[in-house]
Amino acid sequence: MSSEADQTILTTSEPDESGHFGPYGGSYVAETLMHALDELKEAYGRWRQDEEFMARLDSDLTYYVGRPSPLYFARRLTELAGGARILLKREDLNHTGAHKINNTVGQALLAHYMGKSRVIAETGAGQHGVASATVAARLGQSCVVYMGEVDIHRQAINVFRMRLLGAEVRSVTSGSKTLKDALNEAMRDWVSNIDDTYYIIGTVAGPHPYPVMVRDFNAVVGREACRQMMEQYDTLPDALVACVGGGSNAMGLFHPFIEDAPVKMFGVEAAGRGLSSGQHAASLCAGRPGVLHGCRSYLMDDDAGQIMHTHSVSAGLDYPGVGPEHAWLKDSGRAEYVAVTDQEALEAFHRLTRLEGILPALESSHAVAYGMKLAAEMKADQTLLVNLSGRGDKDVQTVAELENISL
Amino acid sequence: MSNRLDTRFEALSRSGRKALVPFITMGDPDPEWMVDILHALVKSGSDVLELGVPFSDPAADGPVIQMASERAISRGVTLRSVVDAVATFRCRDPDTPVVLMGYLNPIERYGYAAFARDAARAGVDGILTVDCPPEEMKALRDCLDEQGIYPIFLVAPTTTSARLRFIAGQARGYLYYVSFKGITGANSLDRASLAGPLGEIRSCSDLPLAVGFGIKTAEDAAAVADLADAVVIGSALVEQVRNAVSCDDACERVMGFLAPIRHAMDNRD
Repeated sequence: MSSEADQTILTTSEPDESGHFGPYGGSYVAETLMHALDELKEAYGRWRQDEEFMARLDSDLTYYVGRPSPLYFARRLTELAGGARILLKREDLNHTGAHKINNTVGQALLAHYMGKSRVIAETGAGQHGVASATVAARLGQSCVVYMGEVDIHRQAINVFRMRLLGAEVRSVTSGSKTLKDALNEAMRDWVSNIDDTYYIIGTVAGPHPYPVMVRDFNAVVGREACRQMMEQYDTLPDALVACVGGGSNAMGLFHPFIEDAPVKMFGVEAAGRGLSSGQHAASLCAGRPGVLHGCRSYLMDDDAGQIMHTHSVSAGLDYPGVGPEHAWLKDSGRAEYVAVTDQEALEAFHRLTRLEGILPALESSHAVAYGMKLAAEMKADQTLLVNLSGRGDKDVQTVAELENISL
Repeated sequence: MSNRLDTRFEALSRSGRKALVPFITMGDPDPEWMVDILHALVKSGSDVLELGVPFSDPAADGPVIQMASERAISRGVTLRSVVDAVATFRCRDPDTPVVLMGYLNPIERYGYAAFARDAARAGVDGILTVDCPPEEMKALRDCLDEQGIYPIFLVAPTTTSARLRFIAGQARGYLYYVSFKGITGANSLDRASLAGPLGEIRSCSDLPLAVGFGIKTAEDAAAVADLADAVVIGSALVEQVRNAVSCDDACERVMGFLAPIRHAMDNRD
């Protein structure tokens, strides 16, 4: 088994030179950042073709992250759903417990090669913050993580993890005090400290080249899944299912399959208290194109163009925008986007925990919930692959509170 | 079609005067006072008005303008109401150039063509969209050009020479040099660092040159006026206005704050 072969960055569809996926993407940032983005584009373009850099990245993915992650047949979940075979891509088994580390290992290494001694990151659920603090500790970089005040409360354990790792967690109290505001604050830090600071964006959004770069670093998930399908089942899956907040785990899984037309792709957004309630975070299902955080994509705004506060039980999906490549996949019809409520996600959280002994992150629980629905509509000889993007240990407090259980 | 920005900067240049360009966040602290505050700015000796259109996610702004934007939005201020305020202002002031400064998404939602048409009718002369570099502006640019509205662009300390030439080729009205690497209102002005970049910009463009970010005092303003054609004062002014208890108080604060700045700019040795 040659896992390292999967880990080399390959891409099948690219945006134009300035990062446009059709009408989406681009670089919508203040002038001060334009040069930094050019530098980043150049550095990424150079190092991704450098043998030593790529060998080091592959080695980190294997020996530090613990790749490849297994492709696991969820037998009892499949029996309950009553249809297609459900397979789980176990990104929850990665070091730090989610797919996020695939990206931070790559970007922190890039920062190191670019000679940047300080990294900053934004975080919602805390997974990206933890993954950034982790790699920064290992490379001896100083690390500041911006996190909304609301998220700091609902993800207290991850906040403490980041502090243990030596990162400074800065509370963001502006706007809705969640992920979008953390992103604004990280951008402000970057503009102010541009000479020595590298900004590790945690999702496939932001200005070019972030959507491409974060996708490429996560595409190891899809490449492995593709190879594991062939090895274990001698066929490609009929459908892929992944949750979408900003969309990095979904993009990483989808991307290597984009040119395999028979493989259907489903992105699952957070319907919160229901799409009709207005309290959700489903920008692709219920939003419209606009410009936020450096790129043009679908987003949730009001009639005056102000970005709306979103709601999801899962902090990692609680974001009013989405990566531009998802917007493009939606418009082109290559991927389909659906939404799952808080309630459905919580039910799936319990189902998977009780049936398979796997405690999924609330983000990933959205994908599990839709995967079960979809599997029921498919035939028994078909296969559905769910990206189990993260583990749920960080969410036990939230689940307990929702169910009025004091720990 | 003549643009008030050209007319104003030509007149200033003939009289050897430097432009005072105040920035305020529209609608803070009270949307009812917007138009009166604009007239007070002009009465204080302002030459060009930069009007901040509040946006929910002002990623290039420091806390002063962030908070002012949040307050204005919570009181119902929108791009549309800012355009309306300019139209009302124009009834009594046909000459002072007005530039709207803000972020792209409110213009996206308004619709480029409708916005350019309404803004031109209201008497807007320039648009500065902080998060829209010239590369991404083509469609909006076409609509603005059609209505004779100028796109105003920023130049930063990080802007390379090649890019500076590109921006200079795209810009109309004036070029706005951001005095430091940071967000609005953050640092203090580092006067010594200005001469080099301003000289380079002058060598690429004949447009009037404004400097902003970090100018807080009359002394700063006078020092910048020695080097540039226009002095932009934002956060420090917004900070003055936000504590006003009445419309009259707001106007008095504006005049009290700007008078010594105007005086210092006009009485340099």
